[in-house]
Amino acid sequence: MGLFDRHAQLLDFYRGVQASGADPIGVTMERVLSPTEAIINGKRTLLIGTNNYFGLTFDPACIEAAVEATKAEGTGTTGSRILNGSYTDHKDLERELADFYGMKHCMVFTTGYQANLGLISTLVGEGDYLIIDADSHASIYDACKQTQATIIRFKHNDPASLEARLRRLDKEKGNKLVVVEGIYSMLGDTAPLKEFVQVTKRHGAYIMVDEAHSLGALGEHGRGLVEEVGVLDQVDFVVGTFSKTLGAIGGFAVSNHDGFDVLRLATRAYMFTASLPPSIVASVRAALRIVRARPELKTRLWANVATLYDGLAEAGFTLGPQHGPVVAVQLPDMQTAIEIWRAMLDEGIYVNIAGLQATPGGVPLLRCSLSAAHSKAQLEQVVDTLVKLGKRFGLLKLQKRAAVG
Amino acid sequence: MRASHKFKVYEFADDAMSDAPTVTRDDVRADICRRLDPFRTDARPITGATVITKDLNIDSLAVMDMVMELEDTYDISIPLNVVAEIHTVDELTDTVLKIRGER
Repeated sequence: MGLFDRHAQLLDFYRGVQASGADPIGVTMERVLSPTEAIINGKRTLLIGTNNYFGLTFDPACIEAAVEATKAEGTGTTGSRILNGSYTDHKDLERELADFYGMKHCMVFTTGYQANLGLISTLVGEGDYLIIDADSHASIYDACKQTQATIIRFKHNDPASLEARLRRLDKEKGNKLVVVEGIYSMLGDTAPLKEFVQVTKRHGAYIMVDEAHSLGALGEHGRGLVEEVGVLDQVDFVVGTFSKTLGAIGGFAVSNHDGFDVLRLATRAYMFTASLPPSIVASVRAALRIVRARPELKTRLWANVATLYDGLAEAGFTLGPQHGPVVAVQLPDMQTAIEIWRAMLDEGIYVNIAGLQATPGGVPLLRCSLSAAHSKAQLEQVVDTLVKLGKRFGLLKLQKRAAVG
Repeated sequence: MRASHKFKVYEFADDAMSDAPTVTRDDVRADICRRLDPFRTDARPITGATVITKDLNIDSLAVMDMVMELEDTYDISIPLNVVAEIHTVDELTDTVLKIRGER
C-alpha cells in the first residue's frame, strides 16, 4: 500500500465532484474588495460565508494599527515566546483580553485551533477525564488524540446526557474537564450553558467554553455566551479566536485559576510555534477596542441574521434550530448540495459547502455566516437566489410536503 | 437534522436504561446486532464475528453515537480510547460486560 493510498476513497470522491464541474475547495478570490465582496472567476461576488461577523477586516483603525506595527516592529517575530521572548504588544493584548473578561490570566496562541489543541490536551492527562459534546469542533477532537486522559462524549447540547456521564464518573478520582462551545460553527445553535455549568459544578468538574463564534455576537459587552447567560464568573476557562469577529488570526484562553501561567511551560502548541506577528497583535487590539466601543455592530449583525434566517425559513428551507451568526441550509444529499453551491457561485454568491467530516452526522450544508457589514439588499439577494434554486432543484416543494405529512 | 449521505447516520432511539439486574452475553450481543442492523451491506446477518467498521457500511462517527447509547442503556462509561481498540461485535459485547461488571 502506497503512502497516499489510505486517502484513495477521499480522492475518488473529490475527483467525482470536480468532474461534475464544481470544485468547492479550488475557489480562488482573485481580489478581495471588502468584507462582503471579492472578484471570483473575474466576477464581482458576494461573500456569505466568511465568519467576518463584525466586518472588521477592512476597518480603517485595524488596518492602520497593523501597518504601523509592521513599520515599527517588522513583519514577524520569527520565533516562540519561550525561546525568543514576548513583545510588549503580546503582553498588552493578554492583559486587555483578561480585562475584557474580568479574569486574572490570559494566554494568546498563534491560531484558535492551537488554543484548543494545546490547552485541552495539556490541562488533562493520565487518570483524568475529558468529557466533550458529540458535535465538538475538530480542534477539540484532535486535542483528545493528544492527551492520555479518558475521553467520554455526551449527546449534543444535552445536559441530561452530560449529567449521566458525570454521575457515572463520580467515584473516579481524576480531574474532569467538560468542553462545550458557545455557538456551534456548523448549525449556529447555542449551548444550554447555564444547565451545563450547573451540572458540571454539581459533580465537581471543570468547564471550558469555546467562544470562537460567539465573541462579539453574544452578551451585552460581546463577551460571548458566558456573558449572555450570566455564568462568566462560574466557568473555569474561556477560549476564543481572533479569526472571526476580530478579523485576523490567532487564539486565546482566559482563566481565573491561579497556576494558569504554568501552561506556558507545558503547552506544546504554544511553545513550539512562532508567536503572532506585530501586525496581527496590533489589529486584534484595535478590533477588541471596537467590539467594546461599538455595540451597534452586534445589533446590525443580529438584524442581518433575522433577514437571512427568517427569509429562508419562510421559503421552506430546513435550517439550524435557532437564529445565529451562522445560518446553515440543510440539504438532502451531497450531490444536490454541490450543484446548488455551484449555481450560487454562477449567480455571484460564494457560500460555504460543508459535509462529511465537518458537520453533525455528515449532513450536507450550505453554510452561510453573517456580517454586520452585509447590507439588507445583499441578504435579500441571497434569499431570492436560494429560493429560486431551491425551487429549481425541487427542494422547497419536497420539504413543504414533508412538513405537512 | 440527520439525513442520508455517503454513510448512514446512527439514529438515536432514546431507549430506556436497562434496569435488569443481570444481562447475559447473548442479550448484549443481540442488542448490538439490532443497533447495527441498518448498516448491513448485504443479506448476511450480523454475528459476533462481524468486524464493525470493515464488514458494515458504518463510519466512526456512527460507531461513537451507538456507543453513546450503549453507555446509557447499560449505565456504564465506554471511553473513546477503548472504542478505538474494538473491532468485532463480540469484542464490543465483552467490553460492555466487563465494564458493567466493574461498576
